[in-house]
Amino acid sequence: MTPASTADNARMNRLDLTARLVAKLTHEEAVIGGIGNNNFDLWTAGRRPQNFYMLGSMGLAFPIALGVALAQPKRRVVAIEGDGSLLMQLGCLATIGMLKPANLTLLVMDNGCYQITGSQPTATRHGTDLVAVARGCGLPDSRWASDPDHFETLLDEALRADRPHLIAAKIDDAPGGGPTDRDPSWIRDSFMRGLGTRRTAGQ
Amino acid sequence: MTRWSQTVVDVLKRNDIRLVAYVPDKVLSPLIRAVEADGFFTAFPTTREEEAVGIVCGSWMGGLRGIVLMQTSGFATVGNVIASLAVPYQIPLLMMISERGTLGEFNLGQAIVCRTMRPQLETLGIEHHTLARFDELDFQVDRTIAQAIATQAPAALILSPLLTHPSRQDSAS
Repeated sequence: MTPASTADNARMNRLDLTARLVAKLTHEEAVIGGIGNNNFDLWTAGRRPQNFYMLGSMGLAFPIALGVALAQPKRRVVAIEGDGSLLMQLGCLATIGMLKPANLTLLVMDNGCYQITGSQPTATRHGTDLVAVARGCGLPDSRWASDPDHFETLLDEALRADRPHLIAAKIDDAPGGGPTDRDPSWIRDSFMRGLGTRRTAGQ
Repeated sequence: MTRWSQTVVDVLKRNDIRLVAYVPDKVLSPLIRAVEADGFFTAFPTTREEEAVGIVCGSWMGGLRGIVLMQTSGFATVGNVIASLAVPYQIPLLMMISERGTLGEFNLGQAIVCRTMRPQLETLGIEHHTLARFDELDFQVDRTIAQAIATQAPAALILSPLLTHPSRQDSAS
């Protein structure tokens, strides 16, 4: 059973949506790519210093992004999470709903399965509606994207907004790109240089 | 406000620790009230300790220093995020953990989980200090923060009931 609010949604593709996101990022926006295929596709869609690739910590893309958003309120921060990851940390939606950082955009790539471990179905395959959950947590600007163009429209709105937006998309089960270069200290260093919080001595 | 929490606030300010993400408990209450009331800090509760760790790691990368406040039982839930985020990415995650489960504990579950805290910190290779005496408090907190930041390594400060218990507040130590 598919939630009524998503019944008409076509299946989109994560890499395509991620590429559309990256193409819109022209102001050094920070992007947090969640564990697994979300950061693989971010890596594939376009490497940039302001990207942070999570090699573990399932469920924490949104909290990490919230931390960055609080630290740099003038920088747009985008977080990309999967349905399985978000289900592990639903409470973070309540925290973001409480704090309402002006500069945070939350993306949920919902394929209804734990894809990387063998595509076991998640609760979103059986009725859980992550947009309804987010709205209930105090994030009224939470919406399903109906197709890639609608996703871009919602993204344009979110990137200009003065409150957090969550955009969820039903996606297919195509495998992710990547994998990301598994060098956590380099990932963190590059990210901090991209955010201007780390520089080489003498610069 | 208690003597120990006032000292902690002073040291946090001295080290420019402005973000405080917490999962509250009774012992931490005076410290939480103090940071909530002080405009220097951005302080807020999170729904669980793991979430607070993610937020503080993200904020540090963004240039805002922070600390997580939690209880022993909460620390028991954050092994994975420390092992997969703070340690490998070399992020100086600061944790202040109110120790419950020892010196008079009545709840067996708390007593058991307390016994796992220091072994877990040791296994993860995390610098940790127990805050038991007021006369050592400023030095311990200040130096632990300084080292965590300078070495880009997580550190834990454990608030012992020897320091925080109401019956101990008039003690000279």
